[in-house]
Amino acid sequence: MLNSSLKQMSAALRAKEISSVELTTLYLERIAAHNPTLNAYVTTDAAISLGQAKAADELLAKGKAQPLTGIPVAQKDIFCAKGWRTTCGSRMLSDFIAPYDAHVIEQFNHAGAVNLGKTNMDEFAMGSSNETSYFGPVRNPWNQNAVPGGSSGGAASAVAARLCAAATGTDTGGSIRQPAALCGITGIKPTYGTVSRYGMIAFASSLDQAGPMARSAEDCALMLNVMTGFDERDSTSLPREKEDYARDLNLPLSGLRIGLPKEFFAEGLSPDVAARVEGAIAEYRKLGAVTVDISLPNSRLAVPVYYVLAPAEASSNLSRYDGVRYGYRAPEYADLSDMYEKSRAQGFGAEVKRRIMIGTYVLSHGYYDAYYLQAQKIRRLIAQDFADAFKQCDVIMGPTSPSTAFSLGEKNDDPVQMYLSDIYTIAVNLAGLPGMSVPCGFDGNGMPAGLQIIGNYFEEARMLNIAHQYQLATDWHSRSPVKETP
Amino acid sequence: MSLSTADVQKVARLARLAMNDTEIEAARSQLSGIFELIEEMQAVDTKGIEPMSHAQDLSQRLREDKVTETNQRELFQSTAPQVESGLYLVPQVIE
Repeated sequence: MLNSSLKQMSAALRAKEISSVELTTLYLERIAAHNPTLNAYVTTDAAISLGQAKAADELLAKGKAQPLTGIPVAQKDIFCAKGWRTTCGSRMLSDFIAPYDAHVIEQFNHAGAVNLGKTNMDEFAMGSSNETSYFGPVRNPWNQNAVPGGSSGGAASAVAARLCAAATGTDTGGSIRQPAALCGITGIKPTYGTVSRYGMIAFASSLDQAGPMARSAEDCALMLNVMTGFDERDSTSLPREKEDYARDLNLPLSGLRIGLPKEFFAEGLSPDVAARVEGAIAEYRKLGAVTVDISLPNSRLAVPVYYVLAPAEASSNLSRYDGVRYGYRAPEYADLSDMYEKSRAQGFGAEVKRRIMIGTYVLSHGYYDAYYLQAQKIRRLIAQDFADAFKQCDVIMGPTSPSTAFSLGEKNDDPVQMYLSDIYTIAVNLAGLPGMSVPCGFDGNGMPAGLQIIGNYFEEARMLNIAHQYQLATDWHSRSPVKETP
Repeated sequence: MSLSTADVQKVARLARLAMNDTEIEAARSQLSGIFELIEEMQAVDTKGIEPMSHAQDLSQRLREDKVTETNQRELFQSTAPQVESGLYLVPQVIE
């Protein structure tokens, strides 16, 4: 059952081959056995999960089940879930019990899915290795001395290790795609505005977007069907008709024009990853696609632009943590100002403080034009590069990450090196485009590599089709680091 | 670009982050490295380019001016560090 697709699991639940309570119990037992090593979950609550599973079994018995009814899904700990501790990987929120549900959580509840627990993540989603979490690093199930990527590292590790059927993630600069690549799973960040940010703890509001992380493109399509939808409580939620993201999965790829940006295959890309990505592109040619050489000339500026805009937005968003209405308050302080400064100094970790300081600096008087405004102008140039590229191709492909998973601690002392691990993913967030990562092979050490697929706005169904056809022709996505047979 | 100790102290104060001398010095060195990366932006000619603040060019939606939220003071204050009689407690501000 652990290697079954969501569609197969759903069919088994309907056929009464297994109950949701049994399926949920199976995963809870796996979490109890493996989480002490992997640290993929921050919080589990068997009573709540099994209660939801029981309710799902009743819906199944009445014939009222939807596609994900009874399926155990892991939720990134950035989503507020009523009654659940919701920490965002921070000491600041280490005791915060969410008083309401995020829109994404509501959607899964309406779908009858089971919340299996809250997954570990980089603190406030700031990180690319899951090492900035207050709750300790997550380990990569393919090699426990390697990072799972970040910030949705707990989700990626849990999906790869079969500690959930599927998971949610969020992606501000690559936080779904990079960990998906490093853990050998499939993940998609949809077009900005497609999934509501209501109840999703804010990092950089003009870039943050939630999406699914799962074992296949088909599973991602079913997850995305639940997650998306207009929500008036998010002012940037797009009023669009609900669509079925699985509708085009079986379309042929003949005539598909794949754009290959020369900047994504230049210096800095590991030869192992380059070879795996080129292998995937050769497979696409066999499936009838043609390739077009394109250029994204401003993409090299994506990392500097991002490290102005995202910290600027973060410094504003995180000013709400003042130790007054919720969150951590320092035990001792002299006066109000001292209480703010000590609560924030003790409640936030080093990376979060670093980004708050960058943001505060670039927004401060006298520097605004040189940094923030300049970054916003270059953001437009980056978005324009993509618009020009999509005149020549239907979809863009390249590596998700410049290397496979690096070792725990390897990049900890050098923030700039860590930031550069998102070099191929960040431009996509700046433009607001959908992007996904698909497993495309392994390096010499048996660590997975990811192929990035970038689509035009609202092209998620087409991208999932493109990924699904590749997954029908190859088996990289079904390789598993789990040795035992359940 | 290299930041001075005074720059970092000022930013820490503006951001309401208590930092000792060792932490200020560590932050100074790391932030200087990050700003070196950021400085790459300055070589780009952006004359006449409209700043892009958002991924979708949308204007803000307006809604009807009616109450949509119910009062949940007790629930919301259940997560506060210190409350009394429905009020948030902070150190005395006015003598």
